[in-house]
Amino acid sequence: MKNIICKSCGYENQEGTVLCQHCGNPIEKNQHIDGNQNSQLLNMRYEGSARRSKTYNKSIVDKLWNFFSSVRVGVWLIAITLIASAAGTIFPQEMYIPPNVIAAEHYRDQYGIIGQIYYQLGFHNLYSSWWYMILIALIGISIIIASIDRVVPLYKALKMQKPKKSESFLKRQRLFGSTEQLSDEGKQNMISNLKKNRYKVTEDNGHVLAEKGRFSRWGPYVNHIGLIVFLLGCLLRFVPFMYIDDFVWVREGETVVIPSTDSLYYVENKDFILETYGDTEEDERFKEALDKQSGMVAKNFQTNAVIYENTAKSVVGEEPNLEMIKEDSIKVNHPIKFDGYALYQSSYQQDEFKSMSFKLHKTDDEQEESLGSFTIDLANPKDEYNLENGSRVVIDQYFPDYYLDEGEPRSETKYPRNPAFVFLVYPPGQEEPEISFAAIGRNVDASGENQFKLGLQGFDVRDVTGLSLRRDYTLPIISLGGIIFMIGVIQGMYWQHRRIWIHPKDQGIWISAHTNKNWFGIKKDIEKIIIDTNVNVVDQEEQQQKEQKEQKEQKEK
Amino acid sequence: MNKIEEAKITKSKKKRRRLLFRSIILVILLAAVVFALVSNLNKDDPEIGVGDQAPNFKLKQLNGTSDSLSLDELKGKGVMLNFWATYCKPCEQEMPYMESLYPKYKDNIEIVAVSLDTTELVIDRFVDKYQLTFPILHDNKGQVLDLYNIVPLPTTLFIDEDGVIVDIVSGGLTLDRIESYLKKIQPD
Repeated sequence: MKNIICKSCGYENQEGTVLCQHCGNPIEKNQHIDGNQNSQLLNMRYEGSARRSKTYNKSIVDKLWNFFSSVRVGVWLIAITLIASAAGTIFPQEMYIPPNVIAAEHYRDQYGIIGQIYYQLGFHNLYSSWWYMILIALIGISIIIASIDRVVPLYKALKMQKPKKSESFLKRQRLFGSTEQLSDEGKQNMISNLKKNRYKVTEDNGHVLAEKGRFSRWGPYVNHIGLIVFLLGCLLRFVPFMYIDDFVWVREGETVVIPSTDSLYYVENKDFILETYGDTEEDERFKEALDKQSGMVAKNFQTNAVIYENTAKSVVGEEPNLEMIKEDSIKVNHPIKFDGYALYQSSYQQDEFKSMSFKLHKTDDEQEESLGSFTIDLANPKDEYNLENGSRVVIDQYFPDYYLDEGEPRSETKYPRNPAFVFLVYPPGQEEPEISFAAIGRNVDASGENQFKLGLQGFDVRDVTGLSLRRDYTLPIISLGGIIFMIGVIQGMYWQHRRIWIHPKDQGIWISAHTNKNWFGIKKDIEKIIIDTNVNVVDQEEQQQKEQKEQKEQKEK
Repeated sequence: MNKIEEAKITKSKKKRRRLLFRSIILVILLAAVVFALVSNLNKDDPEIGVGDQAPNFKLKQLNGTSDSLSLDELKGKGVMLNFWATYCKPCEQEMPYMESLYPKYKDNIEIVAVSLDTTELVIDRFVDKYQLTFPILHDNKGQVLDLYNIVPLPTTLFIDEDGVIVDIVSGGLTLDRIESYLKKIQPD
């Protein structure tokens, strides 16, 4: 590897340099890198510095590094990821299909053969598939390495800028002008004009470099740092300490352990409230709108909750020692917060059976006069109930969620959604029980000879609230990434790096200018600077285009 | 001459530094990617798996003489830890198998069945129906279920005398399969 000596100023440049880092003179053999050989104007990207990725290519580490450093590779990765992301939206992702269906069948039945292929390729869980994550990771790596490889040479190049540039460099800038005669006074005037326009001016032996807005060049890299912080935040979601997302059902009056808190916290549901519009008098004003709606319009979902901390260092399953730490209402978007956790109102079930009351009466009594009654707490039924008239009722079987399975009574779940009982009724003084089956709206006398009947007297219901538990310490990191990203965008978009070079030539001067964007702006600046002089600055690119157009028109004629 | 040599040395130093820098960055990035992939892969897996120490718990015992039972009391014996519920059909099917094997192995292996039903009544009736003699525990708040990250019922864990989980089986078991698993956790 050899360094290149600039033919114009003798500076020793790194291999791969396009424009001499000292005077800007084009390095002859490297002009192909930025495509300068076919153009009258110089490509100014990265100041023509040597991007390391394009030069060394020795060990496996270097090869890997250069692969990720390539902008082309980065663009390809982004393109592939975009196509993949789009493919994931063709059919719904698995989390959006109904929860009670089998995914394999659902995709086949709903979307036919294409749906089946979609499912088998794993596209139903595309965004958490390993290959999609690898794509995102590769983009992240590409951003980091490409940034390192560009920001370092660019920083060095901008730091060691010299006011004196080679004539070839100056002549091949887009904005170029000259005058053969300029007084010292005229030149000083220009310099003070530059300063007035907030340019930072450095002089070296009559050569002038005026510069402003250099920091806008760092915009893209600040932007990349933001992206990396953002990706880091997303990565931290895999750490259980940083990100918790869980769910718990709580019945009214119940206190349950909050999952994912290591049995440290408990929540009690004191009351679940569902309010709808039209409940109160002040809702009269919505009457017209409500009449147009079919069904109810919910106004408020609320759980009055108490949070407890388990202060006993007990073994899981042992009775906890609960200490109240907070009592508040949980409403949609107004979670209850404690120790970094937040409990959100997220679901509910109404009217689950809580208790049932029965009364005993003679089967042949048409008045159904009560001989005694009892109430069964469905969450904690007793074995037997002693009635006022001396009868005894024993619960032989309890089916919280009754259904008939091939003639056999069973319970579908443990929740009292359709409670049913097999009772043994021992009338006073009788040893042999009468068997009867009782459920909501049903009362079966198995033998048909029962003298007593148990009638449903009433029941109590309660609501169940569904609460989402969240703890997300990654949000500040993700937000920080977003803010840094925005700062980078603003920095790069609203400011431009403008440079003007003044080069003494015989009795007059040459003037060249370059900006990374907004050529209109820098032209306005130059107009203000060369006012009262006979310097004429032209936009060489526009001129070229004009000439080409004229040539074309002439040919057509 | 001296100068050229000096330049060569600085250059090779630079090169070495660059290689080191690049290697470190690449290793860090690779580690991050591996971390993300492994975490994502393990997301749905139980936190407690084969080879892990079975975490201790203490639950109310509904049959037998004692009021409660903790897993630590059973150290030195193999433990078949069965999660079940009365409304679960395959659980019901394997209960008689467990009962029939219990007398043969009870000196070396404890069979512990943790019920997830809400009410004691339904468990009592079930125990009476099948005449179960091994300890039946009641996890009515689902805390142990949560601790062990059990999803389907029944799920059965086979734990050796040192408290290490040897096997985790989801779904119902046949008599032969239960016996073959029991033999694996039988202390010598």
